[in-house]
Amino acid sequence: MADYNRPLPLPTPETRHFWDGTKNGELRLQRCTACKESYFPPRPFCPNCGSRAVEVYKASGKATLYSYIINHRPRPDFGTEPHSIAVVTLAEGPRLMTNIVDCPQTPEALILDMPLEVTFEKASEDISLPKFRPAKG
Amino acid sequence: MKRKSIAVVGAAETTELGKIPDTSQLMLHADAALNAMKDAGLTARDIDGIATAGDSPVEVAHYLGITPTWVDGTSVGGCSFMLHVRHAAAAINEGLCNTVLITHAESGRSRVGARRFSRDPASQAGQFEVPFGISGPPTIFTIPALRYMKQYGVTEEDLAHVAVVQREWAAQNPRATFRDPITVDDVLNSKMIAWPFRLLMCCLVTDGGGALILTSAERAKDFPQKPVYILGTGESCETPMLSQMEDFTSSKAFRVSGKKAFDEAGIKHGDVDHLMIYDAFAHLPVYGLEDLGFCDKGEGAAFIREGNTRPGGKLPLNTNGGGLSYMHSGMYGMYALQESIRQMRGIAPAQVPNAKISIAHGVGGMFAASGTIVFSNEAP
Repeated sequence: MADYNRPLPLPTPETRHFWDGTKNGELRLQRCTACKESYFPPRPFCPNCGSRAVEVYKASGKATLYSYIINHRPRPDFGTEPHSIAVVTLAEGPRLMTNIVDCPQTPEALILDMPLEVTFEKASEDISLPKFRPAKG
Repeated sequence: MKRKSIAVVGAAETTELGKIPDTSQLMLHADAALNAMKDAGLTARDIDGIATAGDSPVEVAHYLGITPTWVDGTSVGGCSFMLHVRHAAAAINEGLCNTVLITHAESGRSRVGARRFSRDPASQAGQFEVPFGISGPPTIFTIPALRYMKQYGVTEEDLAHVAVVQREWAAQNPRATFRDPITVDDVLNSKMIAWPFRLLMCCLVTDGGGALILTSAERAKDFPQKPVYILGTGESCETPMLSQMEDFTSSKAFRVSGKKAFDEAGIKHGDVDHLMIYDAFAHLPVYGLEDLGFCDKGEGAAFIREGNTRPGGKLPLNTNGGGLSYMHSGMYGMYALQESIRQMRGIAPAQVPNAKISIAHGVGGMFAASGTIVFSNEAP
């Protein structure tokens, strides 16, 4: 963590709960109490029905691999080897961008629809990033 | 808009395209604008509407000595110029202005007087995409393709065919950056950029610009060039973050914009003689063919592989060579429009014989926005 030199997110008042969650080892989503829709990215109203009656909840952390690339362009801050940039579908429905970790960064190892689970990478005192790894068992 | 109520009466690209290290981005705007004004037989004093994207229309207007009564700075990426055409048509019909200049310029390669591209870490993408290592279009725009390939059984060879066919068109175009023929093997052996995308599946990075001048169809008859009429227009947008696209196998913005343009134009797909689909990467023409309704879902890649879009094919596509072979300075939509205009005037280097209807379809950002313009060269 001491030498973490990648771009970091700067939370806003509307996203603070998400980043507080990842810091505490929780993936937090929001859901509308009127229409029950889960959504991402964070905002204090439901993008489906417009209601402001929304709640934050802890997501399961389970996901499947929706699509990805393996970046071969130079990104010294991500090391010297090619790395995945992926979009995953959470069990609760929303999708998010992430990296697939604890897994070879190859087409053979990264299979679409494979089950994944969230893990958190501490980047600074304030920020932990949600990453995903192959689900165990 | 009312069909054929507006016409393009001036169109030109910058004098040079490619590598232009001795000219600033602002001067590229002016170079394209001066060429377009000359094409139309006008001077800056005749222009009363201005639109550009990326840079400020205020800067372009002042630099050229234009005092507009209508200003449009819509900036939603590379299709912004399609949106400008649409907005300008509405503005002219509403009487807000008479003669509109739309410019694009980017010192994309040489970066002379070019804006720095950065994302605020507090923006949505800055928080939820940038931290995972995206660094520009090659590592963002490419992400949906693998899902598409799995869903429809499309291969890397299929994507390579897109680049091969467009090079066939570029070979006929003296202004194209890359003109030497390539094979599927050449594409598949080119440098890996972001698996499954290789270098020759990615657009160029060049310097250049283009400009258009629009006025009412009524006035258009008095201009030196053959008028090109606007038959239909569409625009839409979906998401500032690629990860939040509804469906990675189809662009909602493409579908909405395309349908609107077809409906306005009152045409069927079989009426279209010539098509431009903004090809930042090799999968874009495939998505475009399907989302515009030229092919069923999953059939766009085979349509290209089987030769339908190549020289002599039934639907000539990206006849300037496209962003993959012609040029791509950053916001390519302007060059797609320019090629449609050339085809409608009958002066394109790879002219489609007797083409009467042309469509230019653009993407903005990474599947973020879209604009579609249907042109006709037949007088109302």
